[in-house]
Amino acid sequence: MTEQTSASSAEDVLLSVRGVEVHFPIRSGVLVERQVGAVKAVDGVDLDIPRGATVGLVGESGCGKSTLGRAILRLVEPTAGTVTFDGTDLGSLAGEELRRMRRQLQMVFQDPMASLDPRQNVQSVLSEPLRAHGVGGDHTARVRELLDLVGLPASAANRYPHEFSGGQRQRIGIARAIALEPQLIVADEPVSALDVSIQAQVVNLLEELQDRLGLTYLVIAHDLAVVRHIADVVAVMYLGGLVEQAPSDDLYATPLHPYTKALMSAVPIPDPAVEDTRQRILLQGDLPSPADPPPGCRFHTRCPFRQPTRCDDERPALRTVEGHPQAHRVACHWAEDIEAGRIQPAASAVIEPDPAPDPDPAATT
Amino acid sequence: MTTTEPLLDVRDLSVTFARKSGPTVHAVDGVSFTVRPGETVGLVGESGSGKSVTSLAVMGLLPRRGVRVGGQVLFDTDDLLTLPRDRMRDIRGRDIAMVFQDPMSSLNPVVPIGVQVTEVLERHQRLRGDKASAAAAELLSRVGIPDPTRRLKEYPHQLSGGMRQRALIAMALACQPRLLIADEPTTALDVTIQAQIIELLKELVQDTGAALVMITHDLGIVAGLCDTVHVMYSGRIVESAGRRELFAEPRHPYTGGLLASVPRLDAPRGAPLHPIPGSPTDVLRWERGCAFAPRCPNRLDACTDGPPPLETLPGRRLRCLNPLSETEEVPA
Repeated sequence: MTEQTSASSAEDVLLSVRGVEVHFPIRSGVLVERQVGAVKAVDGVDLDIPRGATVGLVGESGCGKSTLGRAILRLVEPTAGTVTFDGTDLGSLAGEELRRMRRQLQMVFQDPMASLDPRQNVQSVLSEPLRAHGVGGDHTARVRELLDLVGLPASAANRYPHEFSGGQRQRIGIARAIALEPQLIVADEPVSALDVSIQAQVVNLLEELQDRLGLTYLVIAHDLAVVRHIADVVAVMYLGGLVEQAPSDDLYATPLHPYTKALMSAVPIPDPAVEDTRQRILLQGDLPSPADPPPGCRFHTRCPFRQPTRCDDERPALRTVEGHPQAHRVACHWAEDIEAGRIQPAASAVIEPDPAPDPDPAATT
Repeated sequence: MTTTEPLLDVRDLSVTFARKSGPTVHAVDGVSFTVRPGETVGLVGESGSGKSVTSLAVMGLLPRRGVRVGGQVLFDTDDLLTLPRDRMRDIRGRDIAMVFQDPMSSLNPVVPIGVQVTEVLERHQRLRGDKASAAAAELLSRVGIPDPTRRLKEYPHQLSGGMRQRALIAMALACQPRLLIADEPTTALDVTIQAQIIELLKELVQDTGAALVMITHDLGIVAGLCDTVHVMYSGRIVESAGRRELFAEPRHPYTGGLLASVPRLDAPRGAPLHPIPGSPTDVLRWERGCAFAPRCPNRLDACTDGPPPLETLPGRRLRCLNPLSETEEVPA
């Protein structure tokens, strides 16, 4: 799962997203509704998911990452662009054909309590996809097999969702997603609703299932540490568009986009020695509204490296940067200059570590 | 200010909830810790560890019905648990303030922000009219809300999550409390906004000299912010130490397990995670043994014979019969 990805990405793409846009209309008016604008949740995204790999999609709330995940599965209809799965354009499918294709594309949701019917027992939850897709045979045996795959006892089949802990419920959600032996699983924040000590169990389970069943994952998450752990390729999204995309190791070793840099420096690391010595870039303000995104580079309103005029006027496209692998692409006009240190961040955005952190706070007060 | 005198001294605090059916729940069970002026103390634990109930008990915000609170909570020399209600109301908001997790549900949705901020000033500092609004505007700008006079007239839904949390912090700081309790103040926020809020809290604590009790499940936040850390599990403190000591050398298997199970941004990729088996709901009742025993890799037979005591070691308190050895490498 780790070695093959960057090498094979060109040859064997399972899912390919080209120019996908999802615009939700804003309507106004009492009798006659007029469209007065659009929330550009996803605004032109290209993304390739190689077979057998894990692609991580990170970004803050409101950046459109979940909408993109849903658009890929056609749970929301993209307003423009194409999604090609294993050579088939998903947009061209309808009715029965689409339904059949859905066997290959499954989803794991964030909140397992909300995505499992409280009145269905586990047997029923797990055999429902089999029934829906007309899989015959002995469902009881298949359910037992699924439970075993996700590390739950066979006795779980007769119980109801509320009888399980959060981690176990997420295992049920995962079992349901793999019931039809799909090729691609879109996991939208699969661990963020779980307790810290449980998150690792679910992350390990996802990795184990990938090895055993040859799954391809799109993992959508806001937690960069989780994504770093699980993903081979990471795409960073900001306000409807990708700002950087790279093999995981490259991205975390040398983030090129100012937003990626800021995002990483904002993640607290559970180690006082690291926390006390690292420099942070603090972003000002909040995410602008996707109904009225800023012109030019979407990030320029918060960017500590912003340069006059070009950032405000011209929207940067994803491109490669010299000295970095082909697969590392960034949407910033000034990536080279920032990397070389020719452009420094605004002083107000940088927080230097305390020069001499005081080991004993009581002594100073 | 004396350095040794604690500002808050929680002694043997216990909170039990009576239930209609089934046994009573010991949400907090014999918790003791102190907070000195200017100190930042972290209470860390997962859901059900009792960290939030501890803070609510300190603030006197638990419902009276069906709840029994025992022990002492000394603030200066007053025991907050026995203080008459009106005295407590004076202290709450003025001397001790609290910031909650979800700013949307802690603000009144049908009252403008300005009214909610000035309410605190009117109640505790007897400010009125223009004076109160001016003070409120200044508070908002102090916590980094741009254009405060306009914001004062707005309703909570018109503010972003980060702004709402800032407004809440402004309300908490209105009377320059000597103790601020923050219960998961950044859990509902995005990571870049979380960084802003943590930085703001750090700054405010430094400037005002207030003590801070930070309640969180995020070890990363504790690592960068707190002086002393108490790790809670199922209602009791299992390990307390200075943050450096705790992170460099966790002794309780639960602390060690937590650190080994969180993915770290700076860890080499492919480093396996070592989850703690089971879930926080698989607990033993403390009377019967160590609550963590069912999930503990270091379990001994003696662990389930009775409750392990909280021992005081140099620079550390530890509730474990078979701790991780001092030199043992925690799998990272």
